Amino acid sequence: MRREHDVGPVHRSSRADPRSEPRPPAPQDHDAGASPSGGRWLREFPLLRVLDEEGVADPGEVLLTDDGVARLYRWMLLSRTVDERMVTLQRQGRIGFYIGAVGEEAAVVGSAAGMEDGDWVFPCYREHVVSLMRGLPLVAFLCDLFGNAGDLIKGRQMPCHEAWRPGHFTSISSPIGTQLTHAVGAAWAARLKRQEMVAITYLGEGATSSHDFHTAMNFAGVNRVPVVFVCRNNGWAISVPVERQTAAETMAQKAIAYGMRGERVDGNDLFAVYAATRRARARAAAGEGPSLLECVTYRMEGHSTSDDPRVYRPAALVEPWRRKDPLARVRRYLGRQGALTDDALDALQAAVREEVLAALREAEALDPRPPLESLFEDVYAEPLWQQREQRAELEAAVAADPRVSDPRHADS
Amino acid sequence: MPTLNIVQAVNDALRVEMRRNPDVVVLGEDVGAFGGVFRATQGLFDEFGKDRVIDTPLAEGGIIGTAVGMALYGLKPVPEIQFADYIFPAFDQLVNEAAKYRYRSGGQYTCGMVVRSPYGGGIKGGHYHSQSPEAHFIHTPGIKVVVPSNPYDAKGLLLSALRDPDPVLFLEPKRVYRAARGEVPEGNYVEPLGKARTTRFGTQVTVLAWGAMWHEADQAAREAEEEGLDCEVLDLRSLQPLDVDAIVTSVQKTGRAVVVHEAPRTCGFGAELSALIQERCFLHLEAPVTRVTGFDTPFPYTLENEYLPRAPRILKAIREVVAY
Repeated sequence: MRREHDVGPVHRSSRADPRSEPRPPAPQDHDAGASPSGGRWLREFPLLRVLDEEGVADPGEVLLTDDGVARLYRWMLLSRTVDERMVTLQRQGRIGFYIGAVGEEAAVVGSAAGMEDGDWVFPCYREHVVSLMRGLPLVAFLCDLFGNAGDLIKGRQMPCHEAWRPGHFTSISSPIGTQLTHAVGAAWAARLKRQEMVAITYLGEGATSSHDFHTAMNFAGVNRVPVVFVCRNNGWAISVPVERQTAAETMAQKAIAYGMRGERVDGNDLFAVYAATRRARARAAAGEGPSLLECVTYRMEGHSTSDDPRVYRPAALVEPWRRKDPLARVRRYLGRQGALTDDALDALQAAVREEVLAALREAEALDPRPPLESLFEDVYAEPLWQQREQRAELEAAVAADPRVSDPRHADS
Repeated sequence: MPTLNIVQAVNDALRVEMRRNPDVVVLGEDVGAFGGVFRATQGLFDEFGKDRVIDTPLAEGGIIGTAVGMALYGLKPVPEIQFADYIFPAFDQLVNEAAKYRYRSGGQYTCGMVVRSPYGGGIKGGHYHSQSPEAHFIHTPGIKVVVPSNPYDAKGLLLSALRDPDPVLFLEPKRVYRAARGEVPEGNYVEPLGKARTTRFGTQVTVLAWGAMWHEADQAAREAEEEGLDCEVLDLRSLQPLDVDAIVTSVQKTGRAVVVHEAPRTCGFGAELSALIQERCFLHLEAPVTRVTGFDTPFPYTLENEYLPRAPRILKAIREVVAY
């Protein structure tokens, strides 16, 4: 039987929960075998929530001003709008691929907002809005999807693999979990340089199975490196549900074995995610070491545009999560606060939509291809003779027969 | 000028650069107070402290992954992989991350580091303390691969690698770690990456080798001379970047080439060198390019002497290509 994804008690108060303290190892019943832990870890790591589905929050727990909430809501709305629009573009054949964060916006925006500007971000591949929050122009992000002449990474990766050095947003790669040790190394480097930088890195629950997860958690724990690991537990790794990924009841409990703090928060609650990240960052900056935040959320769409979840996931499993939509909660909250009227919220939605469409027009007007020579640049700091010779070889081949650039392959 | 072995020369280079550049940090298994299982980092912990000479947990992927993060942030990490045979848990981090980071970020981020690792056989190490993995990495655009054969080059090439903006795999020939001794200047000097060294000038056949196998090639060339065969020997030193001009100039002169390496023959770097020579020296060749290599088997324990392409097998190949 499939567990409900976020079962377990919910704690409304999230401050300094004693259960997230590192604790001495409990005596182990060594021959207990594979007997289920009977919900023990769900109780040990209760789901921390500040903002409920009706948009009601305990004012004492809200760390953001109404203006601050409205700003973050705008980023969430931008993320959702871009995601929906880009899926359409992919279906129209205008971009080759897209992977988004629909349903996970609170986990992404709340955690990114909880960090400081100088902190480095080591993303997974659903945190595109974080690159925008860090200053990547929307047009440049869309150029990355097209791989065109405006793409900062010169059309070298699939869509959704952007990098943005000015915002300390590092380069996305497709292999799972590889970014986690990078965050550890960067945080370590900052400490050696006596700089107050805390690294944040993102992973899905699937990545907790990877060797890089274990290694990064262990290296970070041993050396008390200032890193915040944010696990978006969205229930699915492509077609594999979380209970086929790990026998652990929660991701947060994995922190214990590495001697670090773990917290489990409602990943669809912007305020809970933001507060947990602030706490984790403060601990890291104070020399108290790394933390693992499990944001319990849900992947509302397919893994990517290359995926059709209807093949493996009954719609009935998704349905309850529609009521937990992270944007709707914040929208209701802003309405209750009287911070933004319904009209203002509708106007905001229209403005964001127009912003995306305008950026799209601008991006699509650019040359669809980066220059041919860019193929051979940036392999090394300076091209070796191989890149120089092969560039000349390719240029001669294109000159001799333009079909070299023809997208049609000889697959009869 | 002091006489050092390769381990001491590597240690000296690390010390020189760590004094010069505060961003250089050494990390790996047992590299700290213990000074490394081969002693290559001996004394560095005492001089530079635990923040710059770091004992890591036992996970090669973590060593390289952490080094990637350090490099992105602006340090110059020098991770040590205790034996090159153990580099494969870090293969993904080297091939998919370190090697591609500059390219895939459009040049926004760089990943300069020097991965040091003892490699090669002849020490009774069996499968897992003997392998020569250079071809895997030469086949990976974005990484440089350097292999010294002697103490002078070990120090000069390592100092170059430490100032290079790209990731460099620095393979140290452990069979001659202490056996190869020579004069090494004190303080700072560099040997450029991408330059072969012609260690013997000759007219009849060019022998290409690197690392520990250079010593076998040199021995074979000396024995060949006693038989009246005149060999030119190149120590390639740097496999990526490769000094293709030196190879082509030599082979166009001699018309014959013997390529020597420890790694298995199929898809070994000798295959690439043979192809390059064939493409660039075709009309000069008097005989087929000949490879003297390890065999297409896992590296053996008891029969390692037969497996390694040592001087007698190289000499046999020299005789055959001259007589072709």
